[in-house]
Amino acid sequence: MLKSLHIDPAKCTGCLQCEMACSYEHHGVFNPSKSRIKVFNFEHEGRMVPYTCTQCSDAWCMNACPVDAITLDADTGAKVVHEDICVGCKVCTIACPFGTINYEQDSGKVQKCDLCDDNPACASACPTGAITYVDADWTGLGKMRQWAERANTPSTAAS
Amino acid sequence: MGWARKILRVNLTEGTCASEPLNMQWADEYLGSRGLATKYLVEETDPKVDPLSPDNKMIMSTGPLTGTMASTGGRYTVVTKGPLTGAIACSNSGGFFGAELKFAGWDMIIFEGKSPKPVYLFVENDRAELRDAANLWGKSCWETEETIKRQHQDPQIRISSIGRAGENQVLFACVVNDLHRAAGRSGVGAVMGSKNLKAVALRGTKGTSGIKDFKAFMQASNEAKKVLADNAVTGEGLPKYGTQVLMNVINEIGALPTRNHRDVKFEDASKISAEQMHEKRATDGKPQLVTNAACFGCTIACGRISEIDKTHFSVVNSPKYWGASGGLEYEAAWALGAANGVGDIEALQYANLLCNEHGMDPISFGATVGAVMEMYEMGVLTEEQIGTAAPFGSAEALVQLVEMTANGEGFGKEIGEGSRRLCTKYGHPELSMSVKGQEFPAYDARGIQGIGLAYATSNRGACHLRGYTVASEVMGIPVKTDPLVTEGKPALVKAFQDATAIFDSAGICVFTSFAWTLADVQPQLAAACEGDWSMEKLETVGERIWNMERQYNLAAGLTRKDDDLPPRLKTEAAKVGPAKGLVNGLDTMLPEYYQLRGWTPDGVPSSETLNRLGL
Repeated sequence: MLKSLHIDPAKCTGCLQCEMACSYEHHGVFNPSKSRIKVFNFEHEGRMVPYTCTQCSDAWCMNACPVDAITLDADTGAKVVHEDICVGCKVCTIACPFGTINYEQDSGKVQKCDLCDDNPACASACPTGAITYVDADWTGLGKMRQWAERANTPSTAAS
Repeated sequence: MGWARKILRVNLTEGTCASEPLNMQWADEYLGSRGLATKYLVEETDPKVDPLSPDNKMIMSTGPLTGTMASTGGRYTVVTKGPLTGAIACSNSGGFFGAELKFAGWDMIIFEGKSPKPVYLFVENDRAELRDAANLWGKSCWETEETIKRQHQDPQIRISSIGRAGENQVLFACVVNDLHRAAGRSGVGAVMGSKNLKAVALRGTKGTSGIKDFKAFMQASNEAKKVLADNAVTGEGLPKYGTQVLMNVINEIGALPTRNHRDVKFEDASKISAEQMHEKRATDGKPQLVTNAACFGCTIACGRISEIDKTHFSVVNSPKYWGASGGLEYEAAWALGAANGVGDIEALQYANLLCNEHGMDPISFGATVGAVMEMYEMGVLTEEQIGTAAPFGSAEALVQLVEMTANGEGFGKEIGEGSRRLCTKYGHPELSMSVKGQEFPAYDARGIQGIGLAYATSNRGACHLRGYTVASEVMGIPVKTDPLVTEGKPALVKAFQDATAIFDSAGICVFTSFAWTLADVQPQLAAACEGDWSMEKLETVGERIWNMERQYNLAAGLTRKDDDLPPRLKTEAAKVGPAKGLVNGLDTMLPEYYQLRGWTPDGVPSSETLNRLGL
């Protein structure tokens, strides 16, 4: 079963534990500037929104890469950058409509979310459940449940 | 290692920025942040220095857990000699600035001298330079942050700045970072203003790599996070209600100082409470509270983001205040509200916004207004002198006075001197509800006896954050003690003071201590920092920091006489509530406290004590 990162901005407090967890997982340091997930703070509206790659099925970045450095991980559905192949041309960063694949100065390569081998560190670190890792077909399940609850039809005994 | 092992020394007189290694022996003895920065100040300055002179220094310091995944590990401390008190000033703040300093590769910044013209410090990793701030001088903290980000074309820069209050050297001016977090108390912003330093702007992309044992650290910090999540206060109460959860609780036990401490209960407490912030307003159908928000790395998220009522008289013609912004915390709601008898929560939010925008401590500001209102009612101050009628309970007066103080206009200049100077000037020093010149926070020392001793002995003047015995006396953390008695309180105060020095010096938030004890912090420090960080050592370091601060104050000229409460708390009994008939028993507690501390009856650390602590 494929799983997806599911983001619920309403629950985000802007603590950046996800950014630190991501940088620690991939770079072995606590460094939000190296994180592949980013929390945006719309401070005049009081909204915090975590944002990262949603792993498009037909991925722009993968299609655009001239050296086939981005491949599909069939187990997780993640589009994964192979650093040994990537030439750092950044064409993928232009192709991606969402800005979620980015150049990394120190390595001279691009980086993006790879779902941490099916165990995303950001989701584990999130203290409020704003980032969860759920069945890819049912990312809307929580919302459906909330609305279902409001249907408010009283139970009747079978007759 | 925890530490970045590098400090930035900025000489504002010469306009130079220099890197030097962190003194690792001092780090081993004083940990970081509050303790370590104070050690540098003690070693490098004369305690008798005029706080607003170029000879005073101002230090911004992180701790070893700042910029790590430890919950709340984002704090930094501003240490200097305080202009409000003449004592050590040490104010810490959350937000994102502290972690950014660490990510840029620095443990602390020492500012010395005075710039000939307004400047701001820009730090991008190893590169640090002073830049012209002529176009920023006169701007608010909010405008300053926006302007610097625009000038550098980088929205990811983190900024600490002073507003007009700091520029005008309002004695309770603070240093504001990330729009609405502040190193709030003791007038550290006035010191920054006296140095012509408008702002510090940081961009750090190096990260925190110097953790001694990452694996052990992740395990320790995860376990400690679980303790916070499972605790009723840090896991439920603070995220939902913020510190404002206390308003009704403290009022119920008759310990909510009201109308300049004349009363211990406020009839309108519920109107300015956390619960009220959740209530939908009649005017627009929206609650004041928009959401809770976290500082860097914080898994509690007690911060309040609020939206003021656009139809309120204070902002009806000022759309710039209509958006979401920093909301009322308990201390601010109390000082701007109960302390003045004002029960209009929208007026409090307006005053709170102005304190953030212009960089003022809402506690000292609000409490000083309380003294002004009392003198107005006594006829000592007139409407003509103040520029407005200022009876207790007047939201209009509060709104006018906050504007006047922020802008340095008229009577606002006198309020900007704090209550001790103002009350003394008008012949009523006894009406200043302060210790060492710093105004009380939101707990009445008649209804909570131990906190009176904590206020009297706090090294930075009256303060709840140097020994929060309210946790024990009211909430039963870690054990319940009777708030109405003095027995056992000296030992309680000492224990809280020493432990708090460790929380502050580690770079984490003291609010974790609703759930954590030192035993939850110790494994995180031990995994992050090289050297021995056992419980025994932490206890010694905490006590060492406290005694070092005490020594600094004594050398600055403070004496036992400064460990005192205003006569009102010692002679005017509480009129209602559980503490009815009680005054604070400071005079009973203080000698025992000195003895427990190993100090002479005059409050001077004995040579045995100093030797034992390696001071």
